[in-house]
Parts: sequence; structure tokens; C-alpha cells
Amino acid sequence: MRKRSLIPIIYIVFLMLPIYWLVAMSFKTTNEILGGFSLFPQDFTLENYAKIFTDSTWYSGYINSLIYVVTNTILSVAVALPAAYAFSRYRFLGDKHLFFWLLTNRMAPAAVFALPFLQLYSAVGLFDTHIAVALAHTLFNVPLAVWILEGFMSGVPKELDETAYVDGYSFPRFFVRIFIPTIAAGIGVACFFCFMFSWVEMLLAKTLTSVDAKPIVATMTRTASTSGYELGLLAAAGTLTIIPGAFVIYFVRNYIAKGFALGRV
Amino acid sequence: MYKQVNQKAWLLVLPVVVLVAFNAIIPLMTVVNYSVQETFGDNVFFWAGVDWFQQILNSPRFHDALLRQLLFSAIILAIEVPLGLIIALAMPRKGIGVSICLILMALPLLIPWNVVGAMWNIFALPEIGLLGKGLNNLGFDYNYTRQPVTAWFTTVLMDVWHWTSLVVLLCYAGLVSIPDDYYRAAKIDGASAWAVFRYIQLPKLKRVLTIAVLLRFMDSFMIYTEVKVLTGGGPGNATTFLSIDLDKMALGQFDLGPAAAMSLIYFLIILLLSWLFYTLMMRNEAQ
Repeated sequence: MRKRSLIPIIYIVFLMLPIYWLVAMSFKTTNEILGGFSLFPQDFTLENYAKIFTDSTWYSGYINSLIYVVTNTILSVAVALPAAYAFSRYRFLGDKHLFFWLLTNRMAPAAVFALPFLQLYSAVGLFDTHIAVALAHTLFNVPLAVWILEGFMSGVPKELDETAYVDGYSFPRFFVRIFIPTIAAGIGVACFFCFMFSWVEMLLAKTLTSVDAKPIVATMTRTASTSGYELGLLAAAGTLTIIPGAFVIYFVRNYIAKGFALGRV
Repeated sequence: MYKQVNQKAWLLVLPVVVLVAFNAIIPLMTVVNYSVQETFGDNVFFWAGVDWFQQILNSPRFHDALLRQLLFSAIILAIEVPLGLIIALAMPRKGIGVSICLILMALPLLIPWNVVGAMWNIFALPEIGLLGKGLNNLGFDYNYTRQPVTAWFTTVLMDVWHWTSLVVLLCYAGLVSIPDDYYRAAKIDGASAWAVFRYIQLPKLKRVLTIAVLLRFMDSFMIYTEVKVLTGGGPGNATTFLSIDLDKMALGQFDLGPAAAMSLIYFLIILLLSWLFYTLMMRNEAQ
């Protein structure tokens, strides 16, 4: 038993090492970073964080990212809910093909779509808006949400629907009052994964924005390339991007493991 | 579950279809459009037929990128799937340890991909990074910005760090869903730990393993941001995978026609290989 628990511990240490290095570096001055190797920050400084929280080009990046990620999560799950219900309860013309077609969008490389997306969203006048990024990310998040929700809904017995109809519930009332609370855990998991994939994606978010809706990940790449190598600042910005994720994981920790496993292939 | 035939269900799927079609079909048509035309700027286009497809399929540059990509995905699958399975098997099943493991392990999954690249970039720098300095102090000649082999090593290690947890989470979910009765029966029969794994756990994990292999294959085949930030495709072209090559062609050189043709070939390869994996793994299950 002793030996067995060693494996997860070693793995977690391996996971934490690069994160430690990033966090340690964010508390160092640029001179110290470039000056040589040090395991712990010698001149502990909060300057890097102070710059991010006072300079609007930096902190607005976080706000922009959060706006489109939350918009995308709400949008994806809202449209996926009725669709997942249809897939889990009914057979209809082309249902299997439609389900497969939705999943193929999960396989489209973002690099393939970057340029056409830029043209499409410029043509409809949405370039450099939060809604453009939120809409673009539905390409992979809606199929994922449908897939996860369908798995959870198929686990709910059909008798629940039938009893409600016998009791005189209309479909919308049944769906909102009874069905949605029943699969609340599934909705939580779907939200988690939508949040996650929208938060970590960079290529489309960067391509579709320039100033007003520029996400934090784009701010970071531009700093890295234009103003030389401000590693301390970059590390601080990187450290701050980990926090929303850690926050979200904490809430769904008991359900994460279930999320993917319940979906059907 | 028995499902009723109901054509009105289409109304419930309609919002999804409209939204995804807007995002998938219009851009895809744009790509198809570019892939069969030639342009000299000013929005003047000429019909080019299948020229671009022939050019891409015959170009050594594409062959090299495709080979690198296939090799990379093969290495990733060969490492991450068994490793994820081993870690999931060794994880605690109850108590506070479960939550701690799940939270810490899921952390890399929620870090933006360019931050992952940047993090590994500074972690592996030979002079000032923990990994780079450490390896050099141990006597290895390690410099991922100059040597193709260490660049590959760093890229693979980064991906293992980033994504093995996904396999762990999936396998763990599959393992905890096996009823205790199976284990009790095995204990009564005096089955060895290996027999329990081979005849109870592995068959029950088939479905989650299929999902894990598919997801890891698709995502490793589409890898872009992390590698772009870590090595930029270098040194030379050593880590120029398909997405990075495509990006160089489309946004770097603005060769729209060849880039579009390559996009379509790329997408078709992913579809074909994913379908192949899926059918092979599901056929085994049917037997």
C-alpha cells in the first residue's frame, strides 16, 4: 500500500515543479532572473504584480477574457440543453448523423479556421468584440456541452418525464422546473468544461481581437515579443491566469471525473 | 433506452445547428473556395482546380511536417495512456486524498495554452531555468533552443505534463464506477492483482480508454499554441508540426491557396484517423 501511494505523489510533485518555477519567478526582479540561477527569490518583490494591477492594458486583458469566457459558457450550455434533451429522448430524421457531425467540429484544428473566422467576423461587423470570441468558441464548446449533457440526461429515467406530463405540466414548465434541477450536476460539469476550453484557447481569441476585447493571453504574447524579455512580468501575468481555473476546479471537484466518462462516443 | 420517433425534436436541436453551422460551414466553404483558386491580390481570383492539392501532396515540406506530427502523436499516446492508467490505478479511492489528488492533477488542464508554453520556456532555459540548469548540472548537455533532440524531449515532456491528467481523470472515473461485488468475487476466487486488472478492470475501462485515446490523439494532432510559444517550431524546423507549418504558410507568407488546400487535407487526415481508431476499438469490444 505504501509503495502504491508513492506514484500519485511523485506525479503531483512533477506537476507542481514548473508551476513553482513560474510563481517563484513572478516574485523576482528582472535583474535577478537574468543575472543567474536562484532557487528562491533573493530580492522578494511585488513590483510585477503591482504593474499588472495598475496598468489598464494589463488588467483589462483579464476582464476581457472573463467576459467572453462567461458569455460563451452561458451561450453554449443554454443552446446545448434542449438539443441534448432531444438526442437523449427522441429519434428523429438524421439524428445519428447530426450527432456525429457536431462531434467532428471538435476535431477541426483552430489553425485551419483562424483566417476564415477573421474574414467572417469582420464581414458581419463583430471584429474586436467580446461576442465574436464567445461565438467563435461555441464551435468546439457546443458539441462538447451536448455530448456531456446527453450522457447525464440518458441516466435520468423516462418515467420522470411521463409522470410530469400526466400531472399536467407543459414541456417548457417541466423542463425548467423539474428536469433542469434533476441534472444540475451535469450542467455544472458542462459549464466547467466550457469554461475550461474557452479560457485556455488562444489562437482564435487573439485573431479575432485587436484593442477593445484583447484577451490576457494576447497581451502576454505581445509583451514577450515587443518589449524584450520582461520575464518577471510575464511570470506574474501567467500566475494570475491560473487562479480562475483553480477557483472553478474547487467547486466541481467531485464531478470533474464524471464529466467525460458519462458522455457516449 | 427505447426512444420515441418524434420529428418535432428537430426544433430543439435547431439553435445548436444554426450556431455551429454559422461557425463551421461558412468558414469551411471559405477554405474550399481559396483552395481551388489563385490570386495576385486586389481580390482578383482565377480558377486553379486541384493544382494546390497536387502541390501540397507532392511537397517535401508537407511530408516532413506530417511525419513529425505522426511521430509526435504516436509518442504522446504511447506515454500518456499507460502512464495515466497506472496513476489512476494507484490513486486513493476514498478520503481527503481523493479531493487533493483531483484538484492538483486537474490544475495543468486549466492553464491557458500559451502560459503552458511560456512556463515551460522559462522552466527549461539552460542558464536560468530549473529543468535546464538541473539537467546541465547533472552532466547532460541540454539546450532546447539549439539541439533538435532536446527540443523534442522538452516538447514531449511538456505535453505529458499538460495532458496526462486528462487520461488519469477519465480512467479514475471508469475505475470508481466498477461495483464492489466484482472485487469481492475476485477475492473469493483468490485472483491475483494482475488477474483483477486483466479480467475485471481493463475490460470495464475500455470505453473511457477509447475516449482518452481519441481525445489525446485529436488534441496532440492539432497542437499549436504550446509548441509555438515554447520552440516556435525550431530549432530549424525540428518541431514544426502541421498546425505550425500551416500558420507559417497562411499568416506568415499569405499563400492562401496552398494553405487552404493543406487545411482541408489536414482536417481529412484527422477525421480519417479518428474514425479508424474508433472503429478498431469498438470492433474489439463487440467481439
